[in-house]
Amino acid sequence: MTATTPRPGSVRSGRPVRTRSGRVSFLVRPRTAAVTGALVAAIAAVFAALLMLGEYEITLPRVAAALAGQGERLDLFFVRDVRLPRAWVAVLVGASLGVAGAVFQSLSRNPLGSPDIIGFTGGAATGAVLTILVFGGSMLQVSLGAVAGGVATAGLVYLLAMKNGVQGYRLILVGIGISAMLTSVRDYLITRADLTDAKAAQVWMIGSLNARGWTEVIAVAVCMAVLLPPLLAMGPRLRLMEMGEQTAHALGVPVQRTQAVALLAASALTGAAIAVAGPISFIALAAPQLARRLLRSTGTTLFGAALMGALLLVTADLVAQHALSPAQLPVGAVTAVIGGSYLVWLLYREWRTGRA
Amino acid sequence: MPEPSRLWGENLTLAYDQSVISRDLGISIPDNSFTVIVGPNACGKSTLLRALSRMLKPQSGAVHLDGRLISSYPSKEVARRLGLLPQSSIAPDGITVADLVARGRYPHQKLLRQWSGSDEAVITESMEATGVADLADRMVDELSGGQRQRVWLAMVLAQQTPLLLLDEPTTYLDIAHQMDVLDLCAELHHERDYTLVAVLHDLNQACRYATHLIVMKDGAVVAEGAPSEIVTAGLVEKVFGLPVRVVPDPETGTPMIVAVDRRGTITRRARGTEEPTGAQEAQDEAQDDAVLEKPRSA
Repeated sequence: MTATTPRPGSVRSGRPVRTRSGRVSFLVRPRTAAVTGALVAAIAAVFAALLMLGEYEITLPRVAAALAGQGERLDLFFVRDVRLPRAWVAVLVGASLGVAGAVFQSLSRNPLGSPDIIGFTGGAATGAVLTILVFGGSMLQVSLGAVAGGVATAGLVYLLAMKNGVQGYRLILVGIGISAMLTSVRDYLITRADLTDAKAAQVWMIGSLNARGWTEVIAVAVCMAVLLPPLLAMGPRLRLMEMGEQTAHALGVPVQRTQAVALLAASALTGAAIAVAGPISFIALAAPQLARRLLRSTGTTLFGAALMGALLLVTADLVAQHALSPAQLPVGAVTAVIGGSYLVWLLYREWRTGRA
Repeated sequence: MPEPSRLWGENLTLAYDQSVISRDLGISIPDNSFTVIVGPNACGKSTLLRALSRMLKPQSGAVHLDGRLISSYPSKEVARRLGLLPQSSIAPDGITVADLVARGRYPHQKLLRQWSGSDEAVITESMEATGVADLADRMVDELSGGQRQRVWLAMVLAQQTPLLLLDEPTTYLDIAHQMDVLDLCAELHHERDYTLVAVLHDLNQACRYATHLIVMKDGAVVAEGAPSEIVTAGLVEKVFGLPVRVVPDPETGTPMIVAVDRRGTITRRARGTEEPTGAQEAQDEAQDDAVLEKPRSA
């Protein structure tokens, strides 16, 4: 290792972008720009495929025409009323789960700290199943039941795990315990239910995008519009908190408040996603890790996790709808396979090349 | 009542939940001093540092920073006035030295102003001040313990605070790297007019480097002042329960603490023989042992 005088500019890992007044300035890493662009392009491609494919296939020019409000009535119906809202639900729910997962993992400083593992998803599922079986719920009731169950569980886990701030492993252990209890509760409820209700509950619990329309799109979009900006603004603070609470505090991060607000916002985002699509597994767990590795970032990347979550879910939906057609799989069954294999492959490659 | 300075606290009662560490503690960090806090394990040194940096809210009493209650500042404002190097920090996986040091700029950045021209200059300067500029592109995980500690120091320097609190900055370092870090601190204090507060374990290092020494026991300040004025064998014995002799450091003339030789007396004490109560007695015992020419216990 020869000592060299530092090259000018060697202290930064990207290209600074500034307005002339200096009021706005950012550092843009080339890799971040490239990966973000690639993710957006991939989402757009799969999105287009979702609009084209189906029992009634529509070519790309006709899809474009239909989006603009022109073309045959059947084209308009399939593109605008059936496929477009469903694709948007996939994008928004995927992005929500990705961001929420990234926040939970960052706060618990543990890749296992996703809402699937720490009991949030289980709580939402239990809330929904309870609503289906006890109140015979409508879609709206089930959604509210899921959100209530999720938030109640998250609150319980948080209270039980909290002592001088949140400790990652405690959050995960308590979450696993509560999850296990909730699973038994659900199993019990389902064994007591009659067959039709039990089947409806079972389908809901896997997570599905079947027959989702504009109501669901608007619901998730509103939640994201409210919750995403404050969460994205919290990104730098979350990255500092990953260096340890004391270090973050010393750098001027209000640690406890950031934890509480981030946890609340991420819980609400997960709740909204689950309410609309059911407890789709694995996206919240895999998307942040995948994004982080692709971006080679040195901390949580909320925006990257959002894009990756969206890409995973639209891809999963494409596979769920068309891989075994005419049979349609629930999308939750596919996400685990796609996200899981990709994550295993990435980790495997990293370990083989000596990184990680 | 402690003398007001840039950083001081009065009537501090410091506690974690129900266990009280310090009661009614008054403390003042003299401006432009290199203050070192020493004391036995669990005497409340780190707790005091946490209170001074607003990490721990006192149950009663108040810490004042630059003429105002420290609790009245926004978090980032405190971080622009007072830097803290905690005992342990977690370096993110795969981060480079320059990127880690850049994180020290956080208190100066805004949501839309994340990388101003001055950020870059300060980061370069901080790395040069701690001698890690050559390592700018290296991964932090690949560095030695001593280099890593310098990088963390550079990160704290990048905060550009006139006050620096260091919680055991030499732990886990070998002797050469310990002196390295301390020399660096002395330089920062001397040439860049930092007010430094460090918790140290090694009394001889504390006496050599401190311009102001604070000796703590059971959460209270037992003595404070210039090391050469306050450090005596009696003080050390009272605070640490260890019989010692104090001699001048052959290099600097500052007090140097040498433990009294008690080999052979430990087992005798454990068997229930009367415990030595004073340095003199222990010294006598040590001499007895020397006369008896006891074999060295392995």
